[in-house]
Amino acid sequence: MKVGVITFPGTLDDRDALRAASAAGTTAISLWHNDADLKGVDAVILPGGFSYGDYLRCGAISRFAPVMEKVIDAAHGGMPLLGICNGFQVLCEAHLLPGALTRNKDLHFLCRDQKLVIENNATAWTSDYAKGQEIVIPLKNGEGSFQCDDKTLAALEEEGRIVARYVGENPNGSRNLIAGITNERGNIVGLMPHPEHAIETLTGPSADGLAFFTSVLKAMVK
Amino acid sequence: MAIIVVEVMLKPEILDPQGVAVGAALPRLGFTFAKSVRQGKRFEIRIDGQPTPQQMQEIEKAAATLLANPVIETYVVTVQA
Repeated sequence: MKVGVITFPGTLDDRDALRAASAAGTTAISLWHNDADLKGVDAVILPGGFSYGDYLRCGAISRFAPVMEKVIDAAHGGMPLLGICNGFQVLCEAHLLPGALTRNKDLHFLCRDQKLVIENNATAWTSDYAKGQEIVIPLKNGEGSFQCDDKTLAALEEEGRIVARYVGENPNGSRNLIAGITNERGNIVGLMPHPEHAIETLTGPSADGLAFFTSVLKAMVK
Repeated sequence: MAIIVVEVMLKPEILDPQGVAVGAALPRLGFTFAKSVRQGKRFEIRIDGQPTPQQMQEIEKAAATLLANPVIETYVVTVQA
């Protein structure tokens, strides 16, 4: 089972994402923003960073990268797609997920170990968690405040599409403490905190993030 | 030559922490007139001659797809001679 990780100019977390996918037992494949095809991967991760320097809006230019056309088509066809941090911003800009990520409420770049609760464990990326499970993984971003209109928010809540919520104080002003959401089908997940930085205790605050990557392996085998 | 100006603002219901920070800095400098501040973006696009109706349509499309994110932002297109 092959998981592709896309590197855009300015991406930072592609190596950790590749490593996490390998650690979970998948074959990790590096993809380039200018690639015209997905090299036969079964799932794709859009990693964190500052693609295209965050110019215009975070993720706004990456959305139109050549590789994204194939990614969007494949995701509409049900391919598992995970956007982490900047990747989440790209997914919102590409309208694969609703809403947008805006500047943190206090304008600070946050970098901390963050407690989350997994609320939807029925997605392609969260099946290895228990519903209601609390995890601690790094949160590091300047524009992580999830915003959407009231109607969208109500729909996300009613349809159980909030994948993860911040526990405790709201770190960035996200509506309803949203840390991650999914699409109706559950194959596309956007998450602000970084599971790929928490796959082992040597370098991360926990190994809590690994289950995102083992979950997708199961989803692909099904 | 004409300049097509696209001005982009966050929708009123979207929190604008940058505008809030600027608004809080003004009175520190003795400028006490501001009730609130919202911060936006301005694009100036130069073209040869005056824009045709078709070009204006294309610019509207470009504004809606790239220059602004209609999920959180509004935009206004004007032409400067």
